Amino acid sequence: MDQGKIRNFSIIAHIDHGKSTLADRILELTDTVSGREMRDQLLDSMELERERGITIKAQAVRVMWKGYELNLIDTPGHVDFTYEVSRSLAACEGALLVVDASQGIEAQTLANAFLAIENNLEIVPAVNKIDLPQALPDEVAAEVSELVGETPERVLRISAKTGAGVGEVLDAIIERIPAPEGDSVAPPRALIFDSSYDQYRGVVAFIRVVDGSFRRGETLKAMAQGTQFEAEELGFFTPTMTASDTLGAGEVGYVITGLKDVSRLRVGDTVTSVRRPAVKPLPGYKDVKPMVFAGLFPTDSDEYPELRDALERLKLNDAALFYEPETSQALGFGFRCGFLGLLHMEIVRERLEREFDLDLLVTAPNVAYRVTQPTGEQIEVHNPADMPREAELVEEPYVKASVIVPKDYVGDVMGLCNERRGRFDHMEYLSEARVLLAYELPLGEIVLDFYDQLKSRTRGYASFDYDVIGFREGTLSRVDILVAGEQVDALSLIVHRDAAYERGRQLVERLREEIPRQMFDVPIQAAIGSRVIARETVKAKRKDVLAKCYGGDISRKRKLLEKQKKGKKRMKQVGGVEVPQEAFLAVLNLERK
Amino acid sequence: MSGGVRHLYVHLPFCAHRCGYCDFVTVVGRQGSHEQYVDALLRELALERELLTDPLETVYLGGGTPTFTDPVALERLLVSLPRAEEVTIEANPETVTPALAQLLSRNGVNRVSMGAQSFAPRLLSVLERRATPDDVRRAVHTLRDANVDNISLDLIYGIPGQSPSDLRRDLDEALALGPEHLSCYELEAKPGTRFAHTFGDELVRQSEALEGYIEDVVETLTAAGYRWYETANFCRQPQLDGGRDLRSRHNLAYWLGRDYLGLGIGAVSTVGSTRWRNAPRLAAYLEALGGGRRPSRETEPLEDEVKHRERVMLGLRLDEPLSLAGLEGAVDATALERMEALGLATRDGGERLTLTHRGRFLGGGVTAELLA
Repeated sequence: MDQGKIRNFSIIAHIDHGKSTLADRILELTDTVSGREMRDQLLDSMELERERGITIKAQAVRVMWKGYELNLIDTPGHVDFTYEVSRSLAACEGALLVVDASQGIEAQTLANAFLAIENNLEIVPAVNKIDLPQALPDEVAAEVSELVGETPERVLRISAKTGAGVGEVLDAIIERIPAPEGDSVAPPRALIFDSSYDQYRGVVAFIRVVDGSFRRGETLKAMAQGTQFEAEELGFFTPTMTASDTLGAGEVGYVITGLKDVSRLRVGDTVTSVRRPAVKPLPGYKDVKPMVFAGLFPTDSDEYPELRDALERLKLNDAALFYEPETSQALGFGFRCGFLGLLHMEIVRERLEREFDLDLLVTAPNVAYRVTQPTGEQIEVHNPADMPREAELVEEPYVKASVIVPKDYVGDVMGLCNERRGRFDHMEYLSEARVLLAYELPLGEIVLDFYDQLKSRTRGYASFDYDVIGFREGTLSRVDILVAGEQVDALSLIVHRDAAYERGRQLVERLREEIPRQMFDVPIQAAIGSRVIARETVKAKRKDVLAKCYGGDISRKRKLLEKQKKGKKRMKQVGGVEVPQEAFLAVLNLERK
Repeated sequence: MSGGVRHLYVHLPFCAHRCGYCDFVTVVGRQGSHEQYVDALLRELALERELLTDPLETVYLGGGTPTFTDPVALERLLVSLPRAEEVTIEANPETVTPALAQLLSRNGVNRVSMGAQSFAPRLLSVLERRATPDDVRRAVHTLRDANVDNISLDLIYGIPGQSPSDLRRDLDEALALGPEHLSCYELEAKPGTRFAHTFGDELVRQSEALEGYIEDVVETLTAAGYRWYETANFCRQPQLDGGRDLRSRHNLAYWLGRDYLGLGIGAVSTVGSTRWRNAPRLAAYLEALGGGRRPSRETEPLEDEVKHRERVMLGLRLDEPLSLAGLEGAVDATALERMEALGLATRDGGERLTLTHRGRFLGGGVTAELLA
């Protein structure tokens, strides 16, 4: 295909603002999928996405419109996935910005729109859901035009649900978004913007060809990693996989590599051909660093190898996922994992449990700390239990947070940000009724329950986004939890000094409720260093007898005891105390709340 | 040739009605089949007779309500059973008439275990017991008149609505009757019983409040001169009773891991390395034995290792030391050290294991720990 007839674009939208519905309508209108084949939200292929109403994996679909080849590259819609969004955007020349006519712009939309503008993408704005009775298309169009620097008249008015204006959207994509401008005769270069793994066919890479062209059967090379592989099959999505002999400059499609080792092909790498290699790789992605960490442990310690394999698989599709082995006295063998944010963590955990059928214990999330040792050496700490007790300086990541909220809730949001050690930056009226509040906040205050609190204090009206802006010194304390005098490594936490007492108290109280009574008193303490800041006791049991046991009962009672014994083996031992996993779960959940 | 078994259990399942908390094998109604059932028992006895070695040490007639059995049938059974040094029958107070007491006495029954359960009418009605406290007192006197000199009373504690002073009163009332032996059980809501359905939640709610009841029971009874010789069983100290050892010899046989033969529906036997349980269905039992065949049974092989674990489990219920010789494999040595360190168990000379006073209150948990 002549590059002049190709348009590559993404859709940027907040959750529920209609991205998937619009994608469906586009597929219908371009006869890519017949009505009978149509099912709602076709692009969201993963079960999990469907349930959560969000899209995690980018995917690309080719449609034809008035002789043009349009490639729709799907983008994730949530705050944690800035990284994935930037990957997808790097494969496009333009983006369709979809805003709900009844809701207006949300913080995440704003963030992604800025990301697109930064990437020099042409923005095609559209106000969706104009069919809704509560729609305010003119007001929202004004908001949007302000944001993207267009006249309000250039903002499209559509209803993805009814199909109104969808044809005009496709026309605008052709008119406004520039064609790709790669060198079609140069040595081939393509960007891997996503990948997945197929049990039978190995690694499938999703690529955007920039220069030259690729042929089926050619030997290819990933430039950064040096991995060589054969292009067993090339093709594109319609939205099912459609094989093709070549993929040319400007096109978007897939390569089946046959690679069985998922770590050998990384998203962000540049693919070229071995016969005619390119000299320079394409500009890489922004290197994102995980900022939120948590320990993941299999509930059944025998599942450790399965967990390791599953993380390796996920890592293929999710370059931002970080993991390293971790051994906890209380929880056994597992992994300390790094995530972009809380939602990312939740999704990884759910995918591990659902797709890989693992039962997991997840420790309370914490952020990355930068610690200067008394020796002057600087280390990064990902696990509260590794925090040195004597540090010269502890720095924690700060974010610039944007909250968009109806003006009546400004006070509530400010209150929350102040409680969370926020520093007010500025406030902007986006319209008469809606306000943008900018705060600087420690990320550590956000990973616990900031988002839940924000939603509940604003009755769900607030939208929220953040960007890490760097590390700053913090007055932080490491709080350890001791059960029967023994430190439970998995429950250590790092909190601001002012909150240490309260959190310590909550934790020991909860543990007291959850740890079953033993045959002896079990003290539960929270301590900073050697100073105990909270203490509770699980009182010893006074009675535990099998009431009667005669000739007819012996087998049954014996089996009962054997079962009890087996149950004990499944419990984790801390300081000679059997702590059921439910107790850890309850405490860890408390931390997340 | 004989099998060396010296303990015989006979199950008499018939009851006038089924109490709400009961999960034993019982039969209500079917009065017409008492004779036929006794025939079947005697046939089963004949089939297994060679397992027994005379003289038997103990015979135990349990139920159901053995004394509810038609007197003619009951007497025929008693006459036909092998003689034994201790012959116990379980009785419900309302069934104990002078005629019955005479019948028992003249047929070699020398120990009666009676279900008093409580002396508070209100609590008896929660348990759906039909006997009144006066029935219990009358029954004891009737048995004494018939020269039964070894009477055991069953008490239940932890009945919904039972306060600590209610318990104290029950114990006092029972002690006032001077029984040689007392069995005290915490009320359990056995799954599937009517009682569990009605009171299960209530029992869970009060479980913590009831924790001290067993201590009250033990304290009161030991102060009154009784020996706490098994988790739930007490007998008068020998020096108070002419030197007689008033422990239940039959039940001791279970706790010491001896072989026993059980006859009747639902009855369990343990002989050598096999345990079997007769199917609990009356009609099928009558039919099989009517045709001269053994009733259908569930058989469980008992490997040495299992028997050793049972020895530990049962032995630790007693106040006498458990000799660990030969049982080393059944006990977790590290757990044993931990239990000693916690003051729940002691060893003398390293070979004999005893639970401490507090250890006995935690016997279930300690045993679960100690079992390898």
